Amino acid sequence: MVIIRRIFKITFVGLLFTLAFSFGNTLQAQDGKALFSANCASCHAINKKLTGPALAGVEDRWPDKKKLYAWIKNSQAFLKTGDAYANNLYNEYNKTAMNLFPNLTDKEIDAILGYINTAAKAAPAPAAGAAATAGAEAESDNSLLFGILTLVLAVVALILLQVNSNLKKLSDEKEGIAEGEPLPFWKNKSYIAMGVIALFMIGGYFTTRGAINLGRSKDYQPVQPIYYSHKVHAGVNQINCQYCHIGVYQGKQATIPSVNVCMNCHMAINEYKGEKIYDEAGEEVNGTAEIKKLYKYAGFEEGKPWDASKAKPIEWVRIHNLPDHVYFNHAQHVKAGQVACQTCHGEIQKMGEVKQFTDLSMGWCINCHRETKVQFKDNGFYSIYEKYHADLKSGKIDSTKGITVEKIGGTECQKCHY
Amino acid sequence: MEQKKYWQSFGEFNNSEAYNQAVKDEFQEELPFESQTGLLETTSPRRDFLKYLGFSTAAAAVAASCEMPVKKAIPFANKPEDIVPGIANYYATTYVQDGEAVSVIAKVRDGRPIKIEGNDLCPLTKGGTSARVQASVLDLYDTARLRFPTIAGKEVTYEAIDKSIADAINSLGGAPIVVLTSSVVSPSTKEVIGQFLAKHPGSKHVTYDAISYNAITLANEIAYGKKAIPSYRFDNAKMIVSLSADFLGTWISPVEFTKQYAKGKRINEKQPEMSKHFHFESVASLTGSNADERFLHRPSEAGVVAVALLNAVNGQAITNITDEALKTGITKAAKALLASKGEALVVAGTNDVNVQLVVNAINEAIQSNGKTIDWSALYTLGQGSDADFAQLLDDMNAGKVGGLFVLGANPVYTWSDSAKVVAALGKVKLTVSFSGKLDETSKLIKYVLPNHHYLESWGDAEIKTGYYSLLQPTIYPLFKTRQWQDSLLKWSGATTDYLAFLKGFWSTKLGSEAAWDKALQDGVIVPAAATIGSAAYNASALSNAVSTIASAKKVTGIELQLYQKIGIGAGQSATNPWLQEMPDPISKATWDNYLIVSPAMAKTLLNIDLTNGGQADAYEVQPPKHVVEISVNGKSVKLPTLIIPGTHPSTVGIAVGYGRNAELGKSAVSDEGTPLGANVYPFASLSGKVVSFDVANVTLKDTGDTYKVALTQTHNVYNTSQGNRTEVMKELTLGEYKHNPLEIRAEREAELAPYGGIENFEKQGTIYPVYDRPGIKWGMSIDLNSCTGCGACVVACNAENNIPVVGKPEVLRGHEMHWLRIDRYYSGEDLNNPKVVFQPLMCQHCDNAPCENVCPVAATNHSSEGLNQMTYNRCIGTRYCANNCPYKVRRFNWADYTGADSFPNNQADVLNNVVLDMNDDLTRMVLNPDVTVRSRGVIEKCSFCVQRLQAGKLNAKKESRILEDSDVKVACQQACPSDAIVFGNANSTKSAITAHRKDNPNRLFLSLEQIHVLPNVTYLAKVRNIEEEGAHGHKQTHEGAAEHHTEATHH
Repeated sequence: MVIIRRIFKITFVGLLFTLAFSFGNTLQAQDGKALFSANCASCHAINKKLTGPALAGVEDRWPDKKKLYAWIKNSQAFLKTGDAYANNLYNEYNKTAMNLFPNLTDKEIDAILGYINTAAKAAPAPAAGAAATAGAEAESDNSLLFGILTLVLAVVALILLQVNSNLKKLSDEKEGIAEGEPLPFWKNKSYIAMGVIALFMIGGYFTTRGAINLGRSKDYQPVQPIYYSHKVHAGVNQINCQYCHIGVYQGKQATIPSVNVCMNCHMAINEYKGEKIYDEAGEEVNGTAEIKKLYKYAGFEEGKPWDASKAKPIEWVRIHNLPDHVYFNHAQHVKAGQVACQTCHGEIQKMGEVKQFTDLSMGWCINCHRETKVQFKDNGFYSIYEKYHADLKSGKIDSTKGITVEKIGGTECQKCHY
Repeated sequence: MEQKKYWQSFGEFNNSEAYNQAVKDEFQEELPFESQTGLLETTSPRRDFLKYLGFSTAAAAVAASCEMPVKKAIPFANKPEDIVPGIANYYATTYVQDGEAVSVIAKVRDGRPIKIEGNDLCPLTKGGTSARVQASVLDLYDTARLRFPTIAGKEVTYEAIDKSIADAINSLGGAPIVVLTSSVVSPSTKEVIGQFLAKHPGSKHVTYDAISYNAITLANEIAYGKKAIPSYRFDNAKMIVSLSADFLGTWISPVEFTKQYAKGKRINEKQPEMSKHFHFESVASLTGSNADERFLHRPSEAGVVAVALLNAVNGQAITNITDEALKTGITKAAKALLASKGEALVVAGTNDVNVQLVVNAINEAIQSNGKTIDWSALYTLGQGSDADFAQLLDDMNAGKVGGLFVLGANPVYTWSDSAKVVAALGKVKLTVSFSGKLDETSKLIKYVLPNHHYLESWGDAEIKTGYYSLLQPTIYPLFKTRQWQDSLLKWSGATTDYLAFLKGFWSTKLGSEAAWDKALQDGVIVPAAATIGSAAYNASALSNAVSTIASAKKVTGIELQLYQKIGIGAGQSATNPWLQEMPDPISKATWDNYLIVSPAMAKTLLNIDLTNGGQADAYEVQPPKHVVEISVNGKSVKLPTLIIPGTHPSTVGIAVGYGRNAELGKSAVSDEGTPLGANVYPFASLSGKVVSFDVANVTLKDTGDTYKVALTQTHNVYNTSQGNRTEVMKELTLGEYKHNPLEIRAEREAELAPYGGIENFEKQGTIYPVYDRPGIKWGMSIDLNSCTGCGACVVACNAENNIPVVGKPEVLRGHEMHWLRIDRYYSGEDLNNPKVVFQPLMCQHCDNAPCENVCPVAATNHSSEGLNQMTYNRCIGTRYCANNCPYKVRRFNWADYTGADSFPNNQADVLNNVVLDMNDDLTRMVLNPDVTVRSRGVIEKCSFCVQRLQAGKLNAKKESRILEDSDVKVACQQACPSDAIVFGNANSTKSAITAHRKDNPNRLFLSLEQIHVLPNVTYLAKVRNIEEEGAHGHKQTHEGAAEHHTEATHH
């Protein structure tokens, strides 16, 4: 019996390790993913060319990893070294300069590259839309692997236990110790207990994960009353975000434009003549018909002067929902923090109907607050942080890392919850 | 044991057993544990536990499997240019209530006014407000407001009612119409009324105010030839003597006076001089509690006291005063007045022409006229004439009045002879009311055309001669109401509406429409150069007044004085839940009307000897109070009794404004549906030309019944075996202070000496490291010398921070939710007339906060800016933090006060109607969208208005500049009429908070400093302007010792 207990203990500890390992690994992958989303995703996808090249296999393409680090941190400086591969790349993408990321460490870049590798492996076929879900699949792949491993180990442990008990039985027989009716293993309390504990842990893990994801709606892309394409407006026609979302520099809400803002242009633009638009299901959208829908809301009849008082508001389906106990202010991020819209909303200029780009989880917020630098030198408000300014000058604070949002208290509870 | 220096309750005064028991427990009600003996003996044993467990799991599973609801985002169809969703707009307007006008700014968020702030541009109130002004925004969303015009209670259209009234006017056959209003302060409205009267010959305008200032205006007419109230300049007065005038609470223009008074009370540490205030009164008032010296007399002695003071000022002997303390007081006051000629002021609240005539004479003798009394700017309030109204009643009863149009006045409720008013109304053919609510008078009136709330109205107000304040709508009318001026204009045959009329009126007056726009934006029009004017005095009526007072019969029995509560006023605010739940500054009672008696009378009437620990406890610890029947002239009411020190032993007091009809709202009635309290206006009487609120020959009888009164005074006190924690106050007399300015500093230094003294206390008093606070460190400082305890901050905090109303039953259980409370401390041994100190207490945002260490889920922790943060969504409700807070400022949501829980109506059985009414969709429009509405089971507390701090910082960041003081004003600071609260970045060398602390090192103290919690709120000790060194527990005597120290300090 003693031996059984020992084996049980070992198996148990082993199980724990396995699970902990799988958790730990997931965390790392998430780090890379978060970094990727925060820094790269606005121009790069894994398996698709966007503003910049598809990143799958980027490590293999570059001759030297050190060059890759240098390129990512400061592409302009690296170009000047005359590196052939870099210059070719630069020309290939119409001399679009890559953003500078002096604050990324080698370790962080490794995390990003690691994420790119796992994501690329998970979805080798560059099918449309696969890139976004790649991360999720990669994660589930990992857990499956570890799950199988755990199962195998459990079976081995079971077999060993059986062997052990058989051996014990044999030795007992040999020594002539009387043996009661042998218990089949499914009635053996030790086995049952082990099974229950294993089930509890696995079940608990999935329940917790499910619970954490409750209320999150990444990739939420509802059908809107009008097929409004950001791709056509912000992408092709290059309308400034602020033209419609006037509140974004001023206050809490970016604001959805009112009908009269739409009508400013659409009084004149009454048919769609651009490239064909396709919705998510791949069906063609009739742009002109969508404009007519707007006219219906506006109470506008073509050829007649428009009476704005006849307009009815358009009931858009809200995509980005934060819980009531979260205070989020657009002006704080866009005006004071100079954060690009795409950082949180993804490549909005390439979206047909808008899709929620991030999960809007607190972990995602905090991660960005930890890594993003505030406009420490440019914004007069921060001049009161004299100590930090002095430390920056003296080099006590790494100037490439700079002053992050976290450093000035940006991860404290009451910055967002009050 | 040594007597304590300060006491909040009688139990503390006596150090009684029950008090010591009570302060041991953090939560004063029984905790809902079923049994202390063991789990098995409980009535909800294992099976129930399993049931609950099963239910919770099932509920969680159901909730989890629900799909995310689809939410809509609906933009404007046509966005107005000046509205950006999520950004508040501020509009200048004016709070007007029966003649009282305060210039304010309304904060409008997404089309809804949600907060009232004072208007800094107004030279009178200078940004100050009162509790009632702050709470007025809630009245806008009152569910009891009338929503449409009615004829005999039936809804009609305005076309129909206009036609019906026009017909009715025609059929009057020329019988006169009377427009009955409370004081009208709007010059344009006066013109509108004039047009209406001109259209209907024989008609007249009668003004009647529930609270009459007739005696002052009549006396001034006799003495100065002006039937008006002049401006009083408390800021110019070094010596103030008040004869029962509650000028900091309810008298004439309390916000303005508080501002002036605080100016005189603010002291410069280098040259410690301040104004001095003697107060003579009968029933403890806010002003009396703030006075440097208070003396008590019977209400019937008001005249005698005034004459005695006049005699003393004129160097004659004091006669007719038998009470030695009172006599000393008058002598002292007279001496002080004479010493400050031209810089002294005497005011009297007694509504008696003779008393006011005597006061005029005193003011002449001390040369106040033209110095502290300004005759160039006259108040427009208090125009009401009691005699005119009495005459009107007679006319109505005689059938001489054809039509009665009522606005503001509510005589059925406020006139002493209500039955006569009811009968008179019955004799008038055409009755029209413009009341916004179905008050006692409107109920009896046929045509009711509800007026707009002031936040929906256009208008103007002349607060004083030359000082105008304008009204503009801040929201589209919520209901089918119509501004009453529009109705009058319509019935006068005018073609324009009131807005066009008003615009025309002011454009002409100001010269251009642009000037009008500018005035509307500022909210105020002020005279170019204000000079203090005087008026010619005529003393002819004085001797007659003096002899009338002398010949008055001396009253020997018990007397009753009717007074106004700070929150309720004449009764206009009785239906406002914020004001009902605000603890009265003096009694600390909520939600009730009661009889105030002195400790001396409690002994004879109720058999309660407060110096006897057991009896004091029996009175104090249990909420049920003795119900006493008060009878005067055959009229009687029954009310619970509270013992309030500072009340004359033979006088009792009752507040007016209670005993309302149920149609006025849920707050006006008790849970059983009966009126809350009793209407005591019938006890008032018309004596001569004015209504008197002092009642003689009162019979009191202890009925033996009891009634629960929700007092907050003994809540939130807490001691531990480690030491006494109630010593949170520091106070000085001016004499002491001049003698030894460093007294408080030395006290602190001595106390902290074992830990390195004041300088090194932070470092040496703890084993924790000292943290850096780069950038901003928020700090607050409260000058207890300026604070009058008026409660404006308490209500402002309610409005700003979505603090729930919990209702009387919950207050009784100690569940009140106010983040900011004003502690009232008594000091001194004289139980009948102690000194009073007020201390606003909110979360102290301790840098070494005891609450933070004990939270098991880190829901409360410290920010790098020095805020003690409370994260509601993280809180699991263990209440360890509240248990560990030495200031008892944390509040727990024991029930779902806000309707925030996901199951609708799940608190209907637990909470009372008032709370449920506060959760109505209409009332909830007042909520501040930037502040989370807390749900059941979480702790909350003062956040230093973190939403304002964040907004202020963002504004500075958007403009790329350093944060300035004007960026962040917390709600309590903004509301304070005495500027007692200073707030800002304590790290900045330029901020007001830094200056405040640096300039006042000798009065500065931290509450409970010795326990090393390092609060971010500092206090400046109150300095009472008395020469003697007292207030230190040893018995104070006004004679002998006083003389001695006076000499000692004048060496």
